[in-house]
This record gives sequence, C-alpha cells and structure tokens, in this order.
Amino acid sequence: MVWLWDNLDLVLGLTADHVRLSIIPIVVGFIVCIPFGWLANRYTAARTVLLTLGGVLFTIPSLALFVMLPAILGTRILDEANVVVALCIYAVAVMVRGAADAFASVSRDVISSSTAVGFSAVSRFWTVEFPLAGPVLLASLRVVSVSTVSLLSVGSLIGVQSLGYLFVNGYQRDFPEEIVIGIGFTVLVAVVFDTVLVLLGRLLMPWTRRAPRRRAVTAIAAEVTA
Amino acid sequence: MIEFHSVTKQFPDGTLAVDDFSLVLPSRKTTVFVGSSGCGKTTLLRMINRMIDPSSGSIEIDGIDIASGSAVALRRSIGYVMQNSGLLPHRRVIDNVATVPLLKGVNKADAHAQALELLDTVGLDRALAHRYPSQLSGGQQQRVGVARGLAVNPNILLMDEPFGAVDPIVRDDLQQELLRLQRDLDKTVVFVTHDIDEAFLLGDQVVILEKGAQIAQVGTPKEILANPASDFVATFIGADRGKRRLAVDSTIARSGDDVVLVDGAGYVAGVIDAPGGVLPGAGVGGTTNSRARSVSNKTDQAGDA
Ligand SMILES: Nc1ncnc2c1ncn2[C@@H]1O[C@H](COP(=O)(O)OP(=O)(O)O)[C@@H](O)[C@H]1O
Ligand SMILES: [Mg+2]
Repeated sequence: MVWLWDNLDLVLGLTADHVRLSIIPIVVGFIVCIPFGWLANRYTAARTVLLTLGGVLFTIPSLALFVMLPAILGTRILDEANVVVALCIYAVAVMVRGAADAFASVSRDVISSSTAVGFSAVSRFWTVEFPLAGPVLLASLRVVSVSTVSLLSVGSLIGVQSLGYLFVNGYQRDFPEEIVIGIGFTVLVAVVFDTVLVLLGRLLMPWTRRAPRRRAVTAIAAEVTA
Repeated sequence: MIEFHSVTKQFPDGTLAVDDFSLVLPSRKTTVFVGSSGCGKTTLLRMINRMIDPSSGSIEIDGIDIASGSAVALRRSIGYVMQNSGLLPHRRVIDNVATVPLLKGVNKADAHAQALELLDTVGLDRALAHRYPSQLSGGQQQRVGVARGLAVNPNILLMDEPFGAVDPIVRDDLQQELLRLQRDLDKTVVFVTHDIDEAFLLGDQVVILEKGAQIAQVGTPKEILANPASDFVATFIGADRGKRRLAVDSTIARSGDDVVLVDGAGYVAGVIDAPGGVLPGAGVGGTTNSRARSVSNKTDQAGDA
C-alpha cells in the first residue's frame, strides 16, 4: 500500500490512459456492429460472410495483431493506434454476432404490426427494431467492454501506456505488490465500465425494468408476514 | 367499399396462397373471412394495406386502385389489429395508442388527449395509460390494439384473429364490445377468424374460404346457415354433425317452464322458455312428451327472426 501512495500519480495516470484507450474500441464496436449486424440478420449470405470473418479475426492472437498492424497501417511500432485498431477489430468481431442476434430477438409480430400501422422502413428501424434490440446489444456490449479493458493490458508488451505497465514492470522487478495493484485497478476499470453500461441501459430502456410497484408490494408483503 | 379483382398471390417459394379471388366488401359493414389455418386469410387481409403485394389482379378502395399511391400513407389511413396485439413493448399504452397520429405529425399533447378518449371508447381504465403493454392482461392488450387501430379514425379496420389468443370469457366480452363499437362507429371492418361461431356473430357478410382463398360460400349468416352451398360448407359450419340442430332433451329434469335443448352430439346447448311444456311456435300439438323433439336452429335462424 505504501508503494501505491508513493506512486499514486503514476497509477492514476496509467488508469486514465487505460480508460481513454479502451473507450474508443467499445464505442467503435457498438457503432460499427449496427449496420453489419442488421445486414447479417437480414441476409443469409451476409450472415455467413460476416460471422465467419468475425470468428476468424477473433482467433488472431492479440500480440500478433499488435505487431502486424504497423506494417498494414503504416504506423510506427510504438504508436498506440496499433493497439486501439486491434481492439476495435476484436470489438467489432464480437459485436457483429451479438448485434445479429439482437436484431433477430425482436419479435416478428411487433415488426409486422409496425409496418401495418404505417412506419416507414427507416423510422421503424430507429424507433422500433433498434431500441428493442437494445437488451441483447447491451449484453454483448458488456462482454466487449470487459474483454477490451483486459486485452488492452497486453499492449504494454509493445510499450503502449496502460495499467498493463504495472504487471510488466512488477514482473521485471519481481515486485508482486505492483502486479496486484495493476490487476486491482484493471478490475476496477472493468467494473466501473460495466456499471455505467448497466445504468445507461436502465435509463435508456425503462421498459425492461421490473414493475417497481409490484416489487414494492412483495417487499411489504414479506415484511408483514415476517 | 373494397373490391378484389381476380387477385392472385404466389409467394416466391411457389406457395399459391390466394388463387384468383374476386369479391366486393360493402362499406360500413363487417365482412368476415373464415376458414381453416393456412387457407390464405391473412394474405388476403395484408393485401388490402399493401403489406403484401398481389402477384396479379388489383384491389380498389372506393374505386381507386390502392397500388396508385404510397403504401405507407395507405397503411396510416387503415386501422390494423392483430392476434398478439403487436403493441410496441417499449412504449407506454398511451404512446402505443397515439403511434399513428404521432407518426403523422400530430402534436404530442393532442395525440395523448385523443388517446385517453380512445381508452374510454374501448372500455379501458385511463389509469392504465402509463403502463407498458407487458403490465396488462391479454384482453387489455387487445383492447389497446383496437384503440390504436381506431386512432386515426380510419374508414377501414382490418382485424386478423384479434381475439384468437384470449380466454373464452374475455373473448365474449371483446366480441360484444366490437359489436357495440361497430354500431357507434360504422366502419368498414374486415375481420379474419377460424372460428365459425365468431364469424356468424360478428359478420354482416361472411366469406367461407377453402385452401388458396377459394370462396366456398358468401352470404349473411342466415343465408349460409339456411342453405349451405356445399358439403364442405355444411361440414365447416357443423350442420352435418347436427351441431346446429337442437333438440329437446326430456331426460333432463325441467325446472319451471324451461326446457333443456341439446345439440346433435348430445351437448347441452341452452334452455328455451316453454310455458306449460309447449315450445314457442311449435303449434298446438307440440309437447315434450316424446323423448326428443327436433327443433331446428337452422329454420329458427332463417324463418322466425
Ligand atoms: N411469406 C410467405 N412465404 C411463403 N409462404 C407463405 C408466406 N406467408 C404465408 N404463406 C403460405 O401461404 C398460405 C396462406 O397463409 P396465410 O394467409 O397466413 O393463411 P391463414 O391466415 O389463413 O392461416 C399458407 O400455406 C402459408 O404457409
Ligand atoms: Mg393468419
């Protein structure tokens, strides 16, 4: 703990880097997966191609991808863009499948009745299909969020600043406390992200909440019987 | 008035769902399409609001070919109610009812005020307005569905087995409500069901369909009951099984002046008032002494009314 107080600036700085770098792939994954997921849900051929591609991309080891990308993107070896782009690729690979499932989860009845009452295709997508795909989209977004936060640490092996630095440095110095602090802060970032996503979901999708009144009634009933 | 002119629908997979269908559906009347599952009822209904386009033939509403305008505008002018209500699960009841007015650009306050009135119209408590559909019973959801269908005050209301998934008591209720609404609102209703009793109850014009939406018979309930056009129709309406032919069952103890009637299969169909054991309209000699005396529901429907 003394080490933590002595190096608080370093740890907080790394945490800030970690947050900044992992937000980008999560946001990109979410945005990019929507058109792809819609296509994959709509057309069988697109589904086969996109999901296969996603599966293949996801199997490339992260370190290999970090090292390969400079050659492909023309970036410098130590550029943090390499890590961010690699994590975006993983995020999209996971999210496309999730988004395809999310759009498939929307009731056919609701879609056809929306058509019947006169939604145009575009307004039906944004006001019916997209929000109703929300709960399943959120589920895969939470997976992507956690995996992005943890994969980002690997970037420290090629010198990109993140909480992973604490594992690498702690390991090199044979100093377990630093490793533990690195792990602790990474977990903390992941938990905070997840909590934010869950709260956003509650806020933006109020219909998925349990009827609060019913829950209150049950609680009162439990109290009365107790 | 809705007119089908030689309408055929073949789906891409080759299924001939509707084969050369022609019919006039009179204005301000309820026309019921009735037939077994898969005979093409939904396809017929969905061609009226262009959710499905015919492979050939044409459909006219008040003399105008529906293919001439925009499909979205057409749909916004026609009410549509389906079996599982099709309500938007993420919108509160009031917003569901106001869906189409809001789509058409009516301001929110007006649309909501009108939606509350519609809840009254379909017999729903206004207190339900701020619930989500999943917080309502099946019957309440169907009422919201009907309210949504009425929200743009359409001339035409399409209903696809709207009461098919609710329990019999609620269904009775909803059917009576629809009859009452129809008396007040005078819409052109096109109603789809596989339940012949529902068809006879609600329909001014009943269309009995066979596979491929082939018309087996069109007529008023009375005409069809009195004169089934074919064995198929007779079987479908249950006349051949004696379901529609009632008889007095004298083995069941009478209470007061009531006589118990049973159908051909022996199920109790109801009671009839028979002062002193004499059936109404049965003539002087009519007694209940014989074990079972035939009283035809069929002739009753056709003649006495
Ligand atoms: N989109 C479709 N593609 C292929 N066949 C269809 C489609 N929709 C309906 N059908 C077929 O058309 C026939 C009539 O269907 P439908 O109109 O839904 O019948 P009903 O409403 O009377 O049960 C059925 O054989 C059904 O399987
Ligand atoms: Mg159907």
